[in-house]
Amino acid sequence: MADLKVRIGELELQNPVMTASGTFGYGTEFEDFIDINRLGAIIVKGTTLEPRQGNPYPRMAETPSGMLNAVGLQNKGVAYFIEHIYPAISQYKTSVIVNVNGSTIEEYVALTEKLNDLDHIPAIELNISCPNVKMGGMAFGTQCKAAADVTRAVRKAWNRTLIVKLSPNVTSITDIAKSVEAEGADAVSLINTLMGMAIDSETRRPVLSTVTGGLSGPAVKPVALRMVWQVSNAVKIPVIGLGGIMNAADAIEFLLAGATAIQVGTANFIDPRISVQILDGISDYLTRHKLASVKELIGGLKI
Amino acid sequence: MKVIQDLKISKKISLNKEHFILECTSVEGLPEIAPGQFAEILVEHNNKVFLRRPLSIHDVNFEKQSLQFFVKIVGEGTRELSLLHEGNTLNVVFPLGNGFRLPDAGKVLLVGGGCGSAPLLFLARKLHEKGIALTTLLGARSETDLMETELFEQFGAVCISTDDGTAGEKGFITRHSLWNRANEFDIIYCCGPEVMMKVVAALAKEKNVECYVSLENTMACGIGACLCCVTETVRGNECVCTQGPVFNINELKWQI
Repeated sequence: MADLKVRIGELELQNPVMTASGTFGYGTEFEDFIDINRLGAIIVKGTTLEPRQGNPYPRMAETPSGMLNAVGLQNKGVAYFIEHIYPAISQYKTSVIVNVNGSTIEEYVALTEKLNDLDHIPAIELNISCPNVKMGGMAFGTQCKAAADVTRAVRKAWNRTLIVKLSPNVTSITDIAKSVEAEGADAVSLINTLMGMAIDSETRRPVLSTVTGGLSGPAVKPVALRMVWQVSNAVKIPVIGLGGIMNAADAIEFLLAGATAIQVGTANFIDPRISVQILDGISDYLTRHKLASVKELIGGLKI
Repeated sequence: MKVIQDLKISKKISLNKEHFILECTSVEGLPEIAPGQFAEILVEHNNKVFLRRPLSIHDVNFEKQSLQFFVKIVGEGTRELSLLHEGNTLNVVFPLGNGFRLPDAGKVLLVGGGCGSAPLLFLARKLHEKGIALTTLLGARSETDLMETELFEQFGAVCISTDDGTAGEKGFITRHSLWNRANEFDIIYCCGPEVMMKVVAALAKEKNVECYVSLENTMACGIGACLCCVTETVRGNECVCTQGPVFNINELKWQI
């Protein structure tokens, strides 16, 4: 069997298949369907310092080959996470990564400091790309200086692996990637959702309560693939690719484009078993192509 | 325990132009299912349909290892499902949600507006098995939209209203004369359009009868991961798919 291990900063993953934040709950929601411990890592729901109710319903619109969401980081806050969720998920053998959000740099740092006390969180994913919150979120991810400032501040507070999740809603994603690399990010993950909207022609109203939302699913895959390819050519740190991955072939395309690992997101909503099926599919591909290690695929695009 | 299975469509029953029933058989065996729980159905062969479709579990027959989905054609997804026939397979994630909490005693009123009767048949069967006295109030636009009245009659009295008066009392289900003696009931279970359920909730409150409603918010995952299907409750925003679909009306922040 081929070697599936990959390295993201200090973190060695048993395989390159992760689940994307906000699409996999805390893993526990999927326990009836799959063995969570087979995954490379799970990235749990976006967490904030204080509890958040998120945006009003309706928060979701189905679109051609995808969906828009405007959940708005609903979560019970980091104190609840530490007390009620962490004890259970720290038992997982797979790596548990927390997606960290804030409306100010101080909030990002305060939250990160609280996570420092948790031994079984080997990495955080700094979310500077949520399109569905009024304050912070994507505001940090669309300007090089703001992205650099928040990365620098969090870097000082966190000495384990730091992943920064990037927004595609920018003029040049490579410039943002280089800015966070320069401030000590160990890896970048991309893409977060593309901002979009949906209108009901009969009622003449927006479908989402927030008017705009974030587009995900296979509709965004070509954009994500292009950005992963560009960023992996522009930075030296590992790139984690996501955006519309529905099957093993999609995942392999991201690896070929330069991703060291991939995240399965919206596909989890269609089939709760899909993450491990993608893992099995990658293994089969390596066997079929007589490759000894998944690392041979990374950036292996032939042009 | 939640499962994902390929069910085989063993029977398709056309009820009228826009309603049909898919009876599906499980080869792997059915898990435990409570009345009011729902399923997420994969709609294949239509690129306009991306997400699964949540459908209530209409009835279950553990002897035959079969369950039924009651479907109203409302959009692209349900239209695609209407093209399926016996022998086709249906990929289904189920059973999902909390279902109706069955009382140990008392008199029960079931209120189903239109295809809102979908989750009530299995509930009526279970209540009847427990020896609970029940009355079912069914409302529809017209006689042709009244379906399965005789099935509910197996389990107790059935009252009917139609908007056009072609069957039962004329007028909205919420204006039926049965409401004058609603305080005879200990518990009301209701499913239907949200505007109707809000009026039923108000009536139940007025008559001081415990009342549960089954919501059908649009959803993606059905298992509490995406947080898209939330409703506002006294505890904050909660997923209809995991904390519901059945809620006590006192838990909801409805203006009634």
